[in-house]
Amino acid sequence: MRFLDTFFDGAVMAKYLPDLLSAIVTTLWLSAIIVVGGLALGLVLACLRTLGRWYLTLPIVAFADIGRALPPLVVILIFYFGLPGLGINLSGPMVLILVLGGVLAAFAEEIFWAGLTAVSKGQWEAGRATGLSFAQTLFEIALPQAIRMGIPPLVNRALAITKMTALGSVIGVKEILAVSSSAQSFSGSATPLTMAALAYLAIFLPVVILSRLLERRYAWAV
Amino acid sequence: MLEINQLEKSFGDTQVLTSIDLSVKPGELVFVIGPSGSGKSTMLRCCNRLEEPTSGSILLDGEHVTACHGAALDKMRLKIGMVFQGFHLYPHKSVLANVMLAQVKALKRSKPEAKARAMEMLEHVGLAHKADAMPSELSGGQQQRVAIARALALDPKVMLFDEPTSALDPELVGSVLKVMKQLRDEGMTMVVVSHEMDFAREAADRVVFMDGGVVVEAGTPEEIFGNPKSERLRAFLSRLHPSDA
Repeated sequence: MRFLDTFFDGAVMAKYLPDLLSAIVTTLWLSAIIVVGGLALGLVLACLRTLGRWYLTLPIVAFADIGRALPPLVVILIFYFGLPGLGINLSGPMVLILVLGGVLAAFAEEIFWAGLTAVSKGQWEAGRATGLSFAQTLFEIALPQAIRMGIPPLVNRALAITKMTALGSVIGVKEILAVSSSAQSFSGSATPLTMAALAYLAIFLPVVILSRLLERRYAWAV
Repeated sequence: MLEINQLEKSFGDTQVLTSIDLSVKPGELVFVIGPSGSGKSTMLRCCNRLEEPTSGSILLDGEHVTACHGAALDKMRLKIGMVFQGFHLYPHKSVLANVMLAQVKALKRSKPEAKARAMEMLEHVGLAHKADAMPSELSGGQQQRVAIARALALDPKVMLFDEPTSALDPELVGSVLKVMKQLRDEGMTMVVVSHEMDFAREAADRVVFMDGGVVVEAGTPEEIFGNPKSERLRAFLSRLHPSDA
């Protein structure tokens, strides 16, 4: 009974459910923007890198390496507490989107790039020899293969990044962890945290399962 | 039809092709032989600029292949079909989509038109029934025939074959050579780099022997195989058929 009272207190659940539901919505739209924006930016950067111009490659590699090396929390704190000193005031959600989207883009760029370099030179030659332009060969031949190779690591990375929306709790973003941990303080019960864990499962477990289906669908024997 | 003039190619300090002259007439099948590392493939790949020649010129029907850039080069490549040792079919596309892709994207044919042409070409290489298969489901010989269909569908003026049967199991070689023979009989202009000497004897109009980046000897198959003049060609042929020597 003590276990149930601690983690599954019905009265506490009922009280904080509306708050938590709106927090779930916040987490969802933040995650959606971060994933779509981060993957799109990573894809664009990887494509630009194929052009092989040092003035493009150098900043892209620097961005990818720094983005992957820095702990996101550090950057979030710098953006949120540091930038106002320069007169740049970004809202909590905005900081979260910029930083996590940027970090995802850094990882995604590397994953797409790894996929592109794994596509054999012969594929490029076959495309170019049949009169396709560089861009057509990239988009019709190399990129589809690179993306399929990248799906498993991309899904893992996107999941890892979206879970980091919980870092929004340190800069006042009303996402799942912030709302449930303040509810925990007010109620003195761990139940809101249980609800948070369940909410995260409800959001991410279907994504994980979906990604498995996607991997199977896109797998092809070579 | 295809004219190679004073073609030179070096990779860094290594000169791989020296003053290559070769003229291919319409409907002619020119067969290029020579030891590995002799520059045969490099010469072929210079013809559609997969390799950039260091100097010299290549003309197709009087048009400078070597002077083209960007979109003009892409257009020129449509007229030059190429078949690779490693097939290089697109693994994420069906056989039909492989043969349609460049027709639609580069030749700007409508999809129905491209599909009709693709089916016609697949029929031609005996693989119309595999149109919906993925490349990985085909044998090497079938993949190479699809690659030939993919090149032919663009209505090229000349076809380049870069060791088309070297990656195939011996029992699959015949099916590819049969398609090439058939192409030759239809009057396609072809340049073939290969080690299939029996095929050269049977189907080639002219055989070119390269060694060390130069054309050492050229002539009819009878001249090259029956009466080799240069010591290097004699040595090469005797290495191929030690028992005949």
